[in-house]
Amino acid sequence: MIARLLAILHARNLEFLRDRGTLLFTTLLPFLIVVGMGFVFSGPERPLFKVGVVTAHFEKSQDPFFGERYVEFVAEPDSATGLTKLMHQQVDLLVELGQPVRYWVNTDSPKGYIAEKLLLASHPDAARQTVTGKAVRYVDWLLPGILGMNMMFSCLLGVGYVVVRYRKSGFLKRLHATPLTAFEFLSAQILSRLFLITFVTLVLYIGISRIIGFHNAGSPWLLALVALLAALSMIALGLTIAARFSSEELVGGLLNLLTWPMMLLSGIWFSLEGSPKWVQWVAHLFPLTHAIDAARAVMLDGAGIATIAPNLVYLAATALGFLAFGAWSFRWRID
Amino acid sequence: MPNPLGSRACIRRKARIEAVSEAILEVRDLVKQYPSTTAVAGVSFAVPEGTCFGLLGPNGAGKTTTIEIMEGILPPTSGAVLYRGEPIGRRFREEAGILFQKTALQDFLTVRQCITLFRGLYSRGLDVEEVIRQCALEKIADRDSRKLSGGQQQRLLLALALVNDPAILFLDEPTTGLDPQARRSFWELVQSIKARRKTIILTTHYMEEAELLCDEIAIMDRGRLVTRGEPRALLRQHFAEVMLELPRQEFPESARSLPLTLIEGPERIEISTHDLEGTLKLLLDAHVPLTQLRIRPANLEDLFLELTGTELRS
Repeated sequence: MIARLLAILHARNLEFLRDRGTLLFTTLLPFLIVVGMGFVFSGPERPLFKVGVVTAHFEKSQDPFFGERYVEFVAEPDSATGLTKLMHQQVDLLVELGQPVRYWVNTDSPKGYIAEKLLLASHPDAARQTVTGKAVRYVDWLLPGILGMNMMFSCLLGVGYVVVRYRKSGFLKRLHATPLTAFEFLSAQILSRLFLITFVTLVLYIGISRIIGFHNAGSPWLLALVALLAALSMIALGLTIAARFSSEELVGGLLNLLTWPMMLLSGIWFSLEGSPKWVQWVAHLFPLTHAIDAARAVMLDGAGIATIAPNLVYLAATALGFLAFGAWSFRWRID
Repeated sequence: MPNPLGSRACIRRKARIEAVSEAILEVRDLVKQYPSTTAVAGVSFAVPEGTCFGLLGPNGAGKTTTIEIMEGILPPTSGAVLYRGEPIGRRFREEAGILFQKTALQDFLTVRQCITLFRGLYSRGLDVEEVIRQCALEKIADRDSRKLSGGQQQRLLLALALVNDPAILFLDEPTTGLDPQARRSFWELVQSIKARRKTIILTTHYMEEAELLCDEIAIMDRGRLVTRGEPRALLRQHFAEVMLELPRQEFPESARSLPLTLIEGPERIEISTHDLEGTLKLLLDAHVPLTQLRIRPANLEDLFLELTGTELRS
């Protein structure tokens, strides 16, 4: 069994690596997106301080601090959310109104230093607490999404189209006439794509870190686990779509039906915070959303396995579910 | 004095069939129904080990469906296929070699890599270089498999079918689309495989191919077996010794009422007879021009047309 699996795996890897156009496109596209986005969003910051306010309905407050010019005040639902943003320097100061007024400042942030002075001008007795944390650039925030998107396209389109092409050309029928089992064939496809995705993602990860650098606060091994489960889930989803169809047009349509909503709603480009509940609910059906959420938590917040356990469980469960369905509905030949 | 058993070649074929009494593959009451048609309607036959068995028939006769059921690719609606007395299963897949009508291979692989891939799918078989040599692929072993001529492509597909050193080899219309030279080269390969006592099951549209390679043939039409047997015995059974061919436009209407067995084709009329002199006299008396007359022995194509009709069916 292992010999048959390895024979198919080796042949598929050769096929992919020799298809230079596809290999180049798979590797270069995400790289160009990240570099491009980093360039677009690396311009001078707006001359504005941003202060998070934990207190509800602070807009109606007569507090003189809210009258300061060039300061944007944003409401935070709770202090934990506000502190995360402060650590990432997404806000310059976090304020909680009360007796006395409490505030948090990021001591690594120059803008936080100025914003603190503005607050103390009107509230000299305000209670000070400090946090530290480097600024999260948009490119840092974007990177897990781009890697996830690349993974999604490679898994879904790569596996889906390849299996349909094999079926349409009669190659699957020819394999069916050998001792190869469906389980062995599907396992080889999964391992091959997993190997290729790992290779491409690793190249991207190292390449981007060398050129633009990025912030990775968490364990690289945990990040690798997220990538592994995400790839498995999406490869299995691709196999499910390709399990029995032989029309490239139909499968292309079905894959577009999956990839476009995932690309728009999985939080690759922007956060879904504040979007309607049903949108968030739909987004959380997609494996890609869980993959990106988990990767961002690891890379940006240094989250441990316990924090992202729900995402990992979801990815593993969908991988098993899709794989079981794909294997059950798999057809060697055109019906 | 004519040999009562037929020609020397015929004796050799008979001897071979008799030497292998046990059937390697047996087809029992095979039926394959689709919603709108019955492709195979109760076919039974057995293939003795070590013989070349030809399954012939016009387009849509059901021979590819039959052979795909025999190969285990297609499930039958009813009936059974037995390999060495057992339902086809893992042992059959290990011991069978198959060449389909059309097979695409993986892109970007060389001829040698394609053969290595398939060798890896079997637990036992031949050395890759040995298969390359057997199928005369040495000069193109490192060429991209997509850049082969039709004949080279078929030789590669034959190599894939031989890579497990099969006991039984299925060749489904293996020379369709090949030029005469490539076809003859392929026949030589098949004859060398026959010489190694492999069982071969062949479907073909070329009667010359069947006549050259097959020890036994079965003709299918409309999902059923029309006849089955050793080619020369079938010819003796269905035809007199000679066939006379005349251009259709030179055959007068008045001559159609003559007491002759006529087989009408689109461009020529054939007359089957065991009394050549008598037939010629009849034609001369009926003032049929004999300038373009051809006289030849009956062949499998005549048998095929006789049994399946001359209409071209879709």
